[in-house]
Amino acid sequence: MPERLSCDVLVVGGGHAALCAALSASARGADVLIAERAPAFFRGGNSRHTRDVRCLHDAASPYTSGAYGEEEFLGDLARVSGQGINERLARLTIAASAQLPGWMAAHGVIWQKPLRGTLHLSQTNVFMLGGGRAMLNAYYAGAQAAGVRTLYEANVHDFSITPEGRFGGATVTVAGVDHRVEAKAAVVSSGGFEANLRWLGQYWGDAVERFVVRGSPYNTGELLAELLEQGARPIGDPRQFHAVAVDGRAPTFDGGIVTRLDSVPFGIVVNTDGERFYDEGEDFWPKRYAIWGGLIARQKGQTAYSIIDSKALVHFLPSVFPPIQAPSVQELAQRLGVDPAAVASTVARFNASVRKGAFDPAALDDCCTAGLAPPKSHWARPIDTPPYYGYPLRPGITFTYMGVEVDQSARVQLASGRSAENIFAAGEIMSGNILKEGYLAGFGLTIGGVFGRIAGEGAADYALA
Amino acid sequence: MPSLDLFEDTARQLTVCNACRYCEGYCAVFPAIESRRTFEPSDIQYIANLCHDCRDCLYACQYAPPHEFAINIPSTLAQVREATYEQHRWPQQLGPLAGGVRPLLLLSAGALMLGMAAVAALEGVHALVSAHTAPGAFYSVIPAALMELLFIALGLLWIAAWGRSATSFWRSTAARSARASLPAVLRAAGDALTLTYLGGGGQGCTYPEESFSKTRRWLHHLVFYGFLLDLASTSLAAVYDHLLNLPAPYPLWSPVVVLGTIGGIGIVIGATGLLVQKARSDRSAAHLTMLRMDVAFLAALLLVATSGILLLGLRGTAAMGALLVLHLSTVLAFFLTAPYGKFVHLVYRYTALVRFAAEQRNQS
Repeated sequence: MPERLSCDVLVVGGGHAALCAALSASARGADVLIAERAPAFFRGGNSRHTRDVRCLHDAASPYTSGAYGEEEFLGDLARVSGQGINERLARLTIAASAQLPGWMAAHGVIWQKPLRGTLHLSQTNVFMLGGGRAMLNAYYAGAQAAGVRTLYEANVHDFSITPEGRFGGATVTVAGVDHRVEAKAAVVSSGGFEANLRWLGQYWGDAVERFVVRGSPYNTGELLAELLEQGARPIGDPRQFHAVAVDGRAPTFDGGIVTRLDSVPFGIVVNTDGERFYDEGEDFWPKRYAIWGGLIARQKGQTAYSIIDSKALVHFLPSVFPPIQAPSVQELAQRLGVDPAAVASTVARFNASVRKGAFDPAALDDCCTAGLAPPKSHWARPIDTPPYYGYPLRPGITFTYMGVEVDQSARVQLASGRSAENIFAAGEIMSGNILKEGYLAGFGLTIGGVFGRIAGEGAADYALA
Repeated sequence: MPSLDLFEDTARQLTVCNACRYCEGYCAVFPAIESRRTFEPSDIQYIANLCHDCRDCLYACQYAPPHEFAINIPSTLAQVREATYEQHRWPQQLGPLAGGVRPLLLLSAGALMLGMAAVAALEGVHALVSAHTAPGAFYSVIPAALMELLFIALGLLWIAAWGRSATSFWRSTAARSARASLPAVLRAAGDALTLTYLGGGGQGCTYPEESFSKTRRWLHHLVFYGFLLDLASTSLAAVYDHLLNLPAPYPLWSPVVVLGTIGGIGIVIGATGLLVQKARSDRSAAHLTMLRMDVAFLAALLLVATSGILLLGLRGTAAMGALLVLHLSTVLAFFLTAPYGKFVHLVYRYTALVRFAAEQRNQS
């Protein structure tokens, strides 16, 4: 006989959106149960690897350098997210983001004051002192103090939606024991399916074997699959994911921020044939880093190599793996495992096409190539100063875009055309409603925070009505 | 020389920190990491001695064990600090005094027995068991000159030892760093006197356990400023004795007694509190050898302070002679062990803070 668990609000998932929902529901007086798939240390899904939140603010603050208004915010979002942006939900998210830093601070998150050095104040984002795990620690401590129950290593399945669009219960398996959960409302904030390589393999075939998953290995999307099976309306392209260039030596899962490589704009990138395939200096790296994961995923063997010379080494943040080093380009190619003749000829053609300019890493400078395909539009300098350095690159998947459709109350929308009555979604599992492609730094936490709070309050109100 | 593996593994961990940088708001360790791309053993020793062991970074770290990167900065840097103390200790031969509670207790007990025997032999047993209250009463038990010569000699050795250690440490970390300047020295003094880096981002340390608390900072203040008051009291007593010709003991309202009593009470409360915190603290963040050094130093302080308070309270009774010998025995043991034990963190921490302040000024 399965044991029974009952609560007012069941929260599936344990990241930022889930905890925002749990704390909000609990603050309204609901009895909340969190079912987190991961063990305690790895709790929080990809939130553990986050750092900052993008938010609306009408003036500079101790934590931001200037105002960030609604139209500018929406413009930034429209630029990256392409066609079909749900403007209503986007505007709702942006407007509500103004309250987020205050709410988070009230729940124990500490915002980082400016430092001299690398982290200058941002105009658009506020940074958590200590990053995502510190934020989660604060949330979980608050949840525990508020009497919220948390189950770790809790696998939620058999999540049912009744024909009327109500939550029909779910089973939580903890330590091999099944518990049937009865709840008056449910919030699903269990992330995307980026760590489910088998699922991604449906679209990408064997290429997934060379993919690196930057975040939590627990974001395997089983709940997303169940919701879709139970009649939730999908949103977002299932083939699309946000991916950046990461060091090819990164662990398959959970390498997080430290495996990213920012060397690309300061050298060239070649594929396994030793050929260049994209303009490395198209725009500032923060605006372009997000396309390189996809670019590399489409190369043979899902592998590429960033090649720089010693002039370039100081211009980007050190990464966690030391570069591969050699006294000549040929030897470097050999050490990287690429045909030395091909790489040498690519470098020679690149060097010959570089037009002299005034190199300026802080501006879209006039150092570019002439008559080279593909061109390098900025920061092009001959690769001629030994020692030479190389990094193997792989696509590092951050998150997937496909999720469930929600309305502005965060209620899950059903294929039948109706809205679920007491099933809410927040975070990555619904971010495709607002962000269909591309990415804005810190916007994932914004969506999770705004919809987590809406979902938690809505679920509590429904449960206690 | 400390093991290469320790420095290799610390360099590996600091490289992860340098690529992550999420903790940069916590303390001086992280900005110091960020101004480097590679980590030589001397850089690592400098960075390790900036660490105040507040542990905020461990609980915030997404790469802490059980993550495969196994980043544990508090424990690792404590190991490096131990290696630093050992490498720059002078004289090296006094290393056995540095370690634990055992040498402290053996020395105290040895000094006590020797002292009792010596007093009994030279002054007669009555010196230990009868009341003395006249001015200069202490010297009827132990001659002033003996007492002073002994502690002046040990004090000079102490100053020489710390001076040598500080110079050796400063020179070894100089290769890739800025030079000291008066503003750097002053800023470092401010950071040391206020314990800036036991403050985290304003919320305190995750010490002894995972929740934030400012208790440790306050307890450390009690010990440190208590010690300063006791130092002031002792210095003032020397002035009274030699310049004003007023030998001890002094009346209760005398500044010597007032400063000494407040200081002693501060040390007793602070050191006891720190010991209680250490007993409760998260062992996974600690390095056991360093923890033993901590305990020995706090125990030495407690012995001196409690025996001093006892002596003050009972100095009018027949126990005075014995208590005086006991107190001086603990002071002697303190003088012999403290300079090479955990007390030396003051030297390296402050030197590292000066280096840090100079580097930061250089970068701006």
